[in-house]
Amino acid sequence: MANVTLRSLNIALGGKPIIRDLDLHVEPGEFLVLLGPSGCGKSTLLHSIAGLVDTASGAIEIGGRDMTGADPSERGIGMVFQSYALYPTMTVEDNMSFGLRIAGMPKAEIRRRVRETAGMLQLDALLARKPGQLSGGQRQRVAIGRALVRQARVLLFDEPLSNLDAKLRAELRRELKLLHHRLGSTMIYVTHDQVEAMTLASRIVVMRGGEVQQTGSPLEVYERPANRFVAGFLGAPAMGFVEGALDAAGVFRAEGLLLRPAPGCMMDVAARPALLGVRAEHVRLLGAGEADAAAPMHGTVALVEPMGSHQVVWIRCGGASLAALVHDPAAAAALAPGQPLRFAIDAARVSLFDPASGARL
Amino acid sequence: MATLRPRSRLAPWLAPRIALLPMALVALAGYVGAAGWTLWISLTGSRTFPSGAFIGLAQYQRLFDNERWMLSLHNLAVYGVLFVLACVLIGSLLAVCIDQDVRGEGALRTVFLYPYAMSFVATGLVWQWLLTPGDGIDGAVRALGFTQFRMDWIVSQDKAIVAVVLATVWQASGLVMALVLAGLRGIDGEIWKAARLDGIPAWRVYLQIVAPMLWPTFATVLLLLATAVAKLYDAVVAMTQGGPGIASEVPAKFIMDHLFLRSNVGLASAGAVVLLLPVLALLAPYAYARSRRGAA
Amino acid sequence: MNRPGAARELPLAGAHPPPRAPAVAGPLRTRRRRWNPARIGVYAFLLGAALFFLLPLYVMIVTSLKPMDEIRQGGIFALPHALTFEPWRQAWSGVCTGAACEGIRSGFRNSVAIAIPSTILPILLGAINGYALSFWRPRGAELLFGILLAGAFVPVQVMIYPLVRVLALAGIFGSLPAIVLVHVVFGLPLMTLLFRNYYRNVPQELFHAARIDGGGFWRIFFQVMLPMSLPIVVVAAIMQVTGVWNDYILGLVFAGRDNLPMTVQLNNVINTTTGTRLYNVNMAATILTALLPLALYFVSGRWFVRGIAAGAVKG
Repeated sequence: MANVTLRSLNIALGGKPIIRDLDLHVEPGEFLVLLGPSGCGKSTLLHSIAGLVDTASGAIEIGGRDMTGADPSERGIGMVFQSYALYPTMTVEDNMSFGLRIAGMPKAEIRRRVRETAGMLQLDALLARKPGQLSGGQRQRVAIGRALVRQARVLLFDEPLSNLDAKLRAELRRELKLLHHRLGSTMIYVTHDQVEAMTLASRIVVMRGGEVQQTGSPLEVYERPANRFVAGFLGAPAMGFVEGALDAAGVFRAEGLLLRPAPGCMMDVAARPALLGVRAEHVRLLGAGEADAAAPMHGTVALVEPMGSHQVVWIRCGGASLAALVHDPAAAAALAPGQPLRFAIDAARVSLFDPASGARL
Repeated sequence: MATLRPRSRLAPWLAPRIALLPMALVALAGYVGAAGWTLWISLTGSRTFPSGAFIGLAQYQRLFDNERWMLSLHNLAVYGVLFVLACVLIGSLLAVCIDQDVRGEGALRTVFLYPYAMSFVATGLVWQWLLTPGDGIDGAVRALGFTQFRMDWIVSQDKAIVAVVLATVWQASGLVMALVLAGLRGIDGEIWKAARLDGIPAWRVYLQIVAPMLWPTFATVLLLLATAVAKLYDAVVAMTQGGPGIASEVPAKFIMDHLFLRSNVGLASAGAVVLLLPVLALLAPYAYARSRRGAA
Repeated sequence: MNRPGAARELPLAGAHPPPRAPAVAGPLRTRRRRWNPARIGVYAFLLGAALFFLLPLYVMIVTSLKPMDEIRQGGIFALPHALTFEPWRQAWSGVCTGAACEGIRSGFRNSVAIAIPSTILPILLGAINGYALSFWRPRGAELLFGILLAGAFVPVQVMIYPLVRVLALAGIFGSLPAIVLVHVVFGLPLMTLLFRNYYRNVPQELFHAARIDGGGFWRIFFQVMLPMSLPIVVVAAIMQVTGVWNDYILGLVFAGRDNLPMTVQLNNVINTTTGTRLYNVNMAATILTALLPLALYFVSGRWFVRGIAAGAVKG
């Protein structure tokens, strides 16, 4: 496994700047996920690491060596594409061995490696087939196998699971995680799916508009988002936002809502407008007779979404819309749209943002 | 994704350029170079062989004083208008009719398109036979009792070129049909449903909604037909040999005759340049549109 | 060919307003259509047109099977009474094409000898061009391609004389290599266009994967792209063979007396004969000349249409 370092990287496509002055360091053996919406530049970044896209300026180092101008085949990388990109006229075995044959490796060694990788990915029975005869999941395994067989130090994944149906996606996701445990290679993975990011990553890089919004472990990025964009991007249902203001005592006030966020939730206390961010799992509906130490808040039921394992209750509170998770089906069934209810928010787990810049307070 | 432009290795940079050398040669030497040379010759006093004597636009003057050339231009204009109109009309009507979910569509398309598989020469010869006065169509129709019927276009001074129109329209309408049909098939089916909900009759939909949507198809059709008009040669040679006399002379034939038979290379080259101009005029908007799209 | 969307009924002609509500675009009914006058009109037009298109073919065949006395009696549309294949035999091996009187079979041989290399070479070069243009895109290549494509529309008379001089200087004017070279020069635009459009539809990711695997320009072309190109190679072959076989002007100028293609010999036979014109032999010769492309067309009609569509849809 090797590390990857990007220094002051600038990439432009067709005259338009896509990546601006980006610095990133990937530790050996990390599973780094580039997460962001379409058009944020994550794929472009990955392709530039692979050497498939020119950089306008900046440096790319792989394994400590400068690879900024190097040919893709010389960078010690393997890549898995969204559309699998398998050679349609070659068998699975030939697909996987193509790169090794070009490199002039002895046939026996090639065969050994292909068999070994095929075994790892349960492709043994499919070696003689052509891609057209495989299912989507099998094709993706072959694509992964093709990247693995090169014994590359860095593996790149460009939204590899996006073309698969939900069930297959979950299955392959777990296989990828197991693969990472087993091989320990450095993996850089691009996706727009935050579930993939959360489950697979050892570190997440959230991107938007060509710039890094936040890097950190999944838990960090989830619990302490650096700005409103990251906060809203991770988590389902999305984090609820309430516009209001903090007073000098550190109490957050908004229409129909009053809360004293725990001291760890903000940098310093000052009177200023603020945006409160609350995740659904930190909103608790209060039962009829339940008293609550902190001032309970009032709202009305807007909508109830049954999710099977839990229910999502959408609450209208003042001008804001908040979600709450309910795990008791009976309690949720008793709720009707328009019904008033009381709820409490875990004050230690909220986030506060500046309404103008979106940055975390 | 951006194109791959590896900088540090020579081979990936060199190989595509070497591979494209034939194309560069053909485009620059074969087309531009040859056209330029022809232009040069047209400005000299060349007769059988190119000479170096620059005489300015004198050949062009002689050209436009030449009765045969002027007649060929006139013929081409008449031919062009009739040919393009007839092909577009017939081809479009055929396409619309076939689009009506008719039976035997495959067989019909085969029948309408097979003439395009024949050479211009074969087409010209068959129609020459068909239009032979006495033995051809007019003889058969007269035998049916219409004793006054005459179909002697092919030997008439004014109508010879129309005979050529007939033969080439027969050959090319199928192509127009194929292209227009492909265009029609590309129209979103939802448009028809929406029109139906609005109560619009089908002919109006075709004329006022579909036809404007097909303008790229029609632009392509017009370009193909117009350039075919400029290139008209084989069919005339086969069908009428430019006759009777020079009644069905066309510019391409004028040029060829003067290049190889009448040994007047300078005059012929001037004619070629004049023939080139309308083609360039047609291509210019196309090139502009392509470059604008390509820049995106 | 599947077609989405509704089928349409033509309304009654505007001159006779219908007593009921005007007919509108109808829903798709599978094969059980209303027989209104408009639909009858459609079929009538189509059948009439079909007759117009088939007429020359019919006359060609019928004339070639009649003896000359029958033809002289008139009735171009009549079926032969005394069916004979003699005109065919004469056309193939007896008629005079210029100096020799051996029929147009020599033309057939020449056309084959010209067509084979004039198809293989342009296809190979066109494929390489299309591949380089779609995946590698060196600077200036698109512009060159634009010039190439423009050249396809220009009448050949603009370029023909300089080509004659160059080939004469090279000493190969009027030979088989000359005519093949000329066909390559004039066949390149369409061939390149076909392959370029085809490769445009191949995902770039496939190319990227091959680059990561270490493939260079030629290896990727021969081992990845070309094997995938069979459908377009078939289309290109059909278009090029038809174009070359049907060519007249280039064969006339560049092939030389010993290599005249069938089309040129056919025209010589029919239009430069002195004495009585043998219409039946002429028609037989015409059929023989048109036979190969027509057969190709009837066998592969779908590919033919695909070729037209692929060529006409630019970029």
